[in-house]
Amino acid sequence: MKHILILVVLFVSLPAAFGQQVQLLTVDNLNERLEQGKDTTYVINFWATWCAPCIKELPYFEKLQEEKQKEKLKVLLVSVDFKSQLEKRVIPFVSRHSLKNEVFLLDEQDQQEYIDKINKEWSGAIPATLFVKGKNKKFLEQEFTYPKLLSEYNNFNK
Amino acid sequence: MKALVLFTMMFCGLVATAQITTLEPGATAPGFSLKNIDGKMVSPENYPDAKGFILVFTANTCPYAIAYETRLVELDQKFSSQGYPVIAINPNPESLSKGDSYEKMQDKVNEASFSFPYLLDEGQSITNLYGARVTPHIFLLQKEDNNLKIVYTGAIDNDTEDINPDKIKYVENAIASLEKGEAIETASTKSIGCTVKRPAIE
Repeated sequence: MKHILILVVLFVSLPAAFGQQVQLLTVDNLNERLEQGKDTTYVINFWATWCAPCIKELPYFEKLQEEKQKEKLKVLLVSVDFKSQLEKRVIPFVSRHSLKNEVFLLDEQDQQEYIDKINKEWSGAIPATLFVKGKNKKFLEQEFTYPKLLSEYNNFNK
Repeated sequence: MKALVLFTMMFCGLVATAQITTLEPGATAPGFSLKNIDGKMVSPENYPDAKGFILVFTANTCPYAIAYETRLVELDQKFSSQGYPVIAINPNPESLSKGDSYEKMQDKVNEASFSFPYLLDEGQSITNLYGARVTPHIFLLQKEDNNLKIVYTGAIDNDTEDINPDKIKYVENAIASLEKGEAIETASTKSIGCTVKRPAIE
């Protein structure tokens, strides 16, 4: 009995021991999630492990979530790495950098289609960031410094 | 006066890097003569029998460019005999992207068995004339009298990861339409890939 209990405890705590998980996310999944949010401000950053400017600004998104803990803010980091790279690159990257925000891998195949579904003005280039609160949306295809990100977030939340 | 000239120069420099305009279907394609990995210059004028070109801006290390290497070789093998050979240009300067040096381009041609020229664009002048944004970025060119005209720009197909057997092959479809003398149904798509490395705007 005792052994079973230990096994159960081990099993339940395993995901925590392996740290951050990366889930697959379609654009429809993302939209459903955003619709549930109502008064939450979502900051969704599109990035990839091969994109140097993206990696440079990831800590700013981590910092934003940490500093605004008391506000209704949710940062989502959505990787556009290839699906075949989930185990090989994305998960190791996330644990190596100890990312605390929720990380997803975009589960879409036809870029011509999903880019427009996320935002019609998006060329598809990353980094790109989407701010969403209820029906308000702002899409920015650009790199951020921390002060720039902070002021963009504050302005959006006004 | 000197200050004004200096100011104007600075301004021009700024505009040159800030505004990249991508040439669209219908535009005349700028000519070029660039150095291939074997040291020889390559120009569209070297191909008197070609009906056009599959011009691609592609690079050494970008995962999207790598994902399409085999498909570029296949396009060249399929279409050079039909009059549309592939010509590849690396748009990234070594100063901003070490993996895109001339030597590494030579390695790439061997390793990926490129059957087509892979050209160095020193100073990014041709890259900027076309307004290439990402790697890989396709410009399908058609010969018209003595000029080259852009007839399609964007992606090679809509499935970078190459897992969908029903993918839409934009370049192949466009050439098929040209061959039939029909209008190209999809003349431009979003170019998907890694951003072309350009000097930062100060």
